[in-house]
Amino acid sequence: MYRMRAWSVQHAQTLMKLYDGLEWLLEKARPLIRWIGYDRVDRPLAVVERLTKGVLVDSQNCGQCILSYTGLSCPMNCPKKMRNGPCGGVRPDGTCEVEPHMNCVWVQAWEGNKRLHEEDYPIQVVQPPVDHRLIGHSAWLREIRRDETGRVRQNAL
Amino acid sequence: MRFDDEPLIPGEALPVLPGHVSPGRLERVLRAGAFAVTAEIAPPDSADPNEVYERAALFDGYVDAMNATDGSGANCHMSSVGMCSLLTRRGYAMVMQVSARDRNRIAIQGDVLGAAAMGVFNILCLTGDGVDVGDHPEAKPVFDVDGLSMLEMLRTMRDESRFLSGRKLTVPPRVFLGAAANPFAPPLDYRPHRLAKKIAAGAQFIQTQYCFDVDRFREYMKVVRDHGLHEQAFLLPGVGPLASAKSAEWIRSNVPGVHIPDRVIERLKGAADQAQEGISLCVDLIAELSEIDGVHGVHIMAFRQEHRVAEIVERSNVLGDRVPWHPGLTLENGK
Repeated sequence: MYRMRAWSVQHAQTLMKLYDGLEWLLEKARPLIRWIGYDRVDRPLAVVERLTKGVLVDSQNCGQCILSYTGLSCPMNCPKKMRNGPCGGVRPDGTCEVEPHMNCVWVQAWEGNKRLHEEDYPIQVVQPPVDHRLIGHSAWLREIRRDETGRVRQNAL
Repeated sequence: MRFDDEPLIPGEALPVLPGHVSPGRLERVLRAGAFAVTAEIAPPDSADPNEVYERAALFDGYVDAMNATDGSGANCHMSSVGMCSLLTRRGYAMVMQVSARDRNRIAIQGDVLGAAAMGVFNILCLTGDGVDVGDHPEAKPVFDVDGLSMLEMLRTMRDESRFLSGRKLTVPPRVFLGAAANPFAPPLDYRPHRLAKKIAAGAQFIQTQYCFDVDRFREYMKVVRDHGLHEQAFLLPGVGPLASAKSAEWIRSNVPGVHIPDRVIERLKGAADQAQEGISLCVDLIAELSEIDGVHGVHIMAFRQEHRVAEIVERSNVLGDRVPWHPGLTLENGK
C-alpha cells in the first residue's frame, strides 16, 4: 500500500498526463452526462474514482481532490487531516508522528512539488477546510460540473 | 511597562493604534521594537481559580504575554478559554492557544468571539498533537480545520467581519494572530516556505518549537531573511530549561518534533547540578538567539519549572530596564 503510494508520487508526471486524457474524455461525455443527470452519474463515477485513485494513491475520497497541489500524495491519509502542509511532529527520518511506520504524506508532497515545479509551488496555495458534505462523492464530476457554473477549475486528478 | 493611554480598569482594552490590529499589549510591545518575552502558563487539573492566579503571578514583571495552552500534548487540563477568562479579569495579556484537534469550525469561531469580548487579543492557531500521545487516546480527533485554514478563517472574521459561512458579524474580534513553527522537523528545506504560507494565511507573530540547535536555527533564519519573512511577522523562538540529561533524552525520544542535539545532552551530563545547568543553558540560548537578525523576542516554555522563568529572564537581561505590565505595577516602577 505504502509502496504503491510512493510509486505514484514518483510517477506523478505520467499520471497527471493520464488524468488530462481522462478529463478530455469526461469533457466530451459532458452532453451525455448532462442528459443522464449529474446526480445519477455521481454514484457510479465515484466508484470508478475510488477504485483507480484508491489503488494508485490510497485516495480517501474526500470529493474535493487537491492531489495536483500535493504532487499526488493524498493529504487525507494524514492522521491529522492536514490540507496545508506538514505539522511540526514529523520524525527525523521523515515518518509520521502518529503512525511511525508511515512516511509523512506532506514530506512526500513536498518532494513531489519539487519534482514537478521549479518555483511557484502549488503546495503553497492555502486550502480551505474540507466540505464534509462532499466526502464520498466524485471529485471528477465536480470538476466538469464546476465548469458549467463558471467557477475556477481545480484539476481533481 | 505602562502605556500613556492605559485603561483605568484592568483588562479593558488599550486604544488600537494606527497600523495595529489589536488593542493588546503584546502587539504594542512588538511593534514598538522592544524584545518581547512570552511564556507558557501551565493550566491546572483543578477548578480552583486561585491555582491559576498563583501560577500567573510567578511571571509578574517578566513576561509581556502568557500563552494559555489548549490541551497540550493531547492531555486534558483546564481549558485555554477558562484560563484566559480568569486572567484577563486581572488585566493580563493572554495568548489564547486554539487547537484544531478538539473543536470544529463552529466551536472555534464562537470561542474566538467570546475570548475577544473578554479581553483576549492574541490567538495562537494550532493544529494540535494527535490524541494518541495524550491521556485520552480513545478520544475522537476532530481536525475539522488545520492550523493554517484556522488562521485564514480568523483573519476573515477580523478583517472582513464575517464568519466562514459568510454571515456578518456586528463587531469583529480584534485579535493579533499567531502561528507555531518548527524549523527542526523534516522536510527542513520546506520549513521556511511553510512559514511563508502561514504568513500568507494571516500569521502576524510566530512562536517556535523548542530551539536547542542554534546553528540550525541560524540557517533557517538566513532563508527566512532572504525571503523577507522577518519583516512580515514577529518571530519568537521557543526556549526552555531542561531538568536533566535524562529528561532531555526522554523528551528527545518521546515528544514529537523536539530536536535536541547531542552536545546539549553532553553539557548537562557533565554538570554537577544538572537542573542548574539546564537554567544556564536556557539563558545562554536566549542570549544567542536574541542576537540573530530577525528575532523579535523569545517564548519560554518551562514545563514544570515555571517558578524559574523569572530567574531565566533576569539572568538573560533581554528586558533591559523594561518591566512588563503586571497587576501590581505602579507608575513609579513601570517605565
